[in-house]
Amino acid sequence: MGQAIAFYTLSAFILGFAVLVVSTKDTVHSVLFLVLDFLFVAALYVLLGAPFLAAIQVLVYAGGIVVLYLFVVMLVNLKRSPEAHHDPHRRARLGFVLAALVLIEVGAIAAYSAGGPVRPAAPQAPPTAAATAVSAMRAVGNTEEVGWLLYTNYLIPFEVASMLLLVAMIGAIVLAKREL
Amino acid sequence: MIDQLVIPLVKILIVLNATLVGVTYMVLLERKVIAWTQSRLGPMRVGPYGALQPIADALKLMIKEDITPVRADKWVFTAAPIVAMVPALIVYAVIPFGDTVNLFGREIPLYITDINVGLLYIVSVASVGVYGIILGGYASNSKYPLLASLRASAQLISYEVAITLTLVSVILVAGSLSMVSIVRAQESAHVWFAFLQPIAFVIFFIGGLAETNRSPFDMPEAEQELTGGFHTEYSGMRFALFFLAEYANMIVVASVATTLFLGGWLRPFPNVAWLSFLDVIPSWTWFLVKSFGFLYIFIWVRATLPRYRYDQLMRLGWKVLIPLAIANLVITGIVKVLLL
Amino acid sequence: MITPTHYMLLSAALFIIGVIGVMVRRNIIIIFMSIELILNAVNINLVAFSREWQHAVGQVFAIFVVAVAAAEAAVGLGIILAFYRNKETVNIDEMNLMKW
Repeated sequence: MGQAIAFYTLSAFILGFAVLVVSTKDTVHSVLFLVLDFLFVAALYVLLGAPFLAAIQVLVYAGGIVVLYLFVVMLVNLKRSPEAHHDPHRRARLGFVLAALVLIEVGAIAAYSAGGPVRPAAPQAPPTAAATAVSAMRAVGNTEEVGWLLYTNYLIPFEVASMLLLVAMIGAIVLAKREL
Repeated sequence: MIDQLVIPLVKILIVLNATLVGVTYMVLLERKVIAWTQSRLGPMRVGPYGALQPIADALKLMIKEDITPVRADKWVFTAAPIVAMVPALIVYAVIPFGDTVNLFGREIPLYITDINVGLLYIVSVASVGVYGIILGGYASNSKYPLLASLRASAQLISYEVAITLTLVSVILVAGSLSMVSIVRAQESAHVWFAFLQPIAFVIFFIGGLAETNRSPFDMPEAEQELTGGFHTEYSGMRFALFFLAEYANMIVVASVATTLFLGGWLRPFPNVAWLSFLDVIPSWTWFLVKSFGFLYIFIWVRATLPRYRYDQLMRLGWKVLIPLAIANLVITGIVKVLLL
Repeated sequence: MITPTHYMLLSAALFIIGVIGVMVRRNIIIIFMSIELILNAVNINLVAFSREWQHAVGQVFAIFVVAVAAAEAAVGLGIILAFYRNKETVNIDEMNLMKW
């Protein structure tokens, strides 16, 4: 019961702020609604029993990425709003139509899977060597579990992600610097 | 019922009020200490030796006119002081002030909560605190606050990297993210982590000065250059909120440093038997004394050192502190693997 | 009782709001933010299934998604800044230098 109330409240806030992010005219206000949205998503992660990911969400998204957005919005000091520019080739209605198509597709998938026997009956144990270690870790806590998986089964993707971040960092510096 | 609801609420009330009173008296302490350094007396008029000065200041700020500039972004202008204040206060939820005490036949732990990701919670909440500064500067729609807020946020983000890296090396030594477990780890290691991680401690101290915009890193509030910093356009109670948030952040840094590096609520030499008469003093007193010492050094530094130039500050952060912190982390990891 | 289906519906709704933002808005910064919303919708799904299957692998994937989002934001905003310096606009309709 309490979980249901929490879920519906958080969902309402997440969706409401998402709509505001997309619909607000002022870009700075839009960025602020994005921060609030991310904070509520973090609360949803806590509800889902993933406190480590919730902390990462606040730290990386709210404290890092969105600050970057805010910087760019403040640097890109617009004299005229991009929405004020009129382009005769632009068809905004087409965008709504495409979004409606996506909505119909998602709805169809939901309707199909609600009827069909798609969901397996019981969750199986992960078929890996680390499975026993993971189940031993489960008693300790969420952070240890995630860390254990990251540094054993998913070590190579982890290294690739760190490589990607390094490349992105160098790329951003090269792009943003006027002359090297 | 009592354990679930009443006791936590009472604890939250006590912690919040103690923090706010502590913050106001912190201002008085700062004025007094700086006055003594400069052979002055400091505030003396209100109450004996100026003891009631904070109350007079608070009253003055409350009855002052509250001005919103005409061209300001009204909603953001109003929200910014609140956004600055809230993260500074909710961090206290995970800071352990003392050991469990026995009150009226109940075991009461002297912390509001002990979550599994306590340290990560502190870091992430602190990273949200930067919004108050950015928004305050942006919403004022005035050039000095905007410049100051850009400076402040660049500084906060740079020094956050160094601080977080030092925290990782502490986590490596302690083997836990929970604040209470970190204190217990220092108890079982028979030594404060300030001695196991001296480099991390120094980097944390310097970074803490920068994170709270304290001298010698108070570029965002350099009165001589920026007429006061990001809160130039604020007056009355809203200005007071920014001011309180800054001092509350100082107390946060001091408490985190005490917990991570100075053994939290533990008495000095917790494993030396002949010093056990020190146990008469309650554990939270040790915590307060250590935090107070840390805060005193903050004020002392402000009264002593001149301000850094902005490029020097950035060079110190990126070219000295962060490489040092990474080297410290790598060495800690190697030593930990080799010794186990 | 909140089942994974509830979380999937929430995630789908968030995803669609993001898609509408990408399709309808012309300010490229808002379009980037809509993409962040879409990535968050994906993460909600991953974490919901991580709890349903009692296995942390969904959270591991979510961490990878966050890393990719951070990389994307850094490079994307760098491109926006470089473009703004040349053309003084953030309107995607005016970003047609490479268009034939």
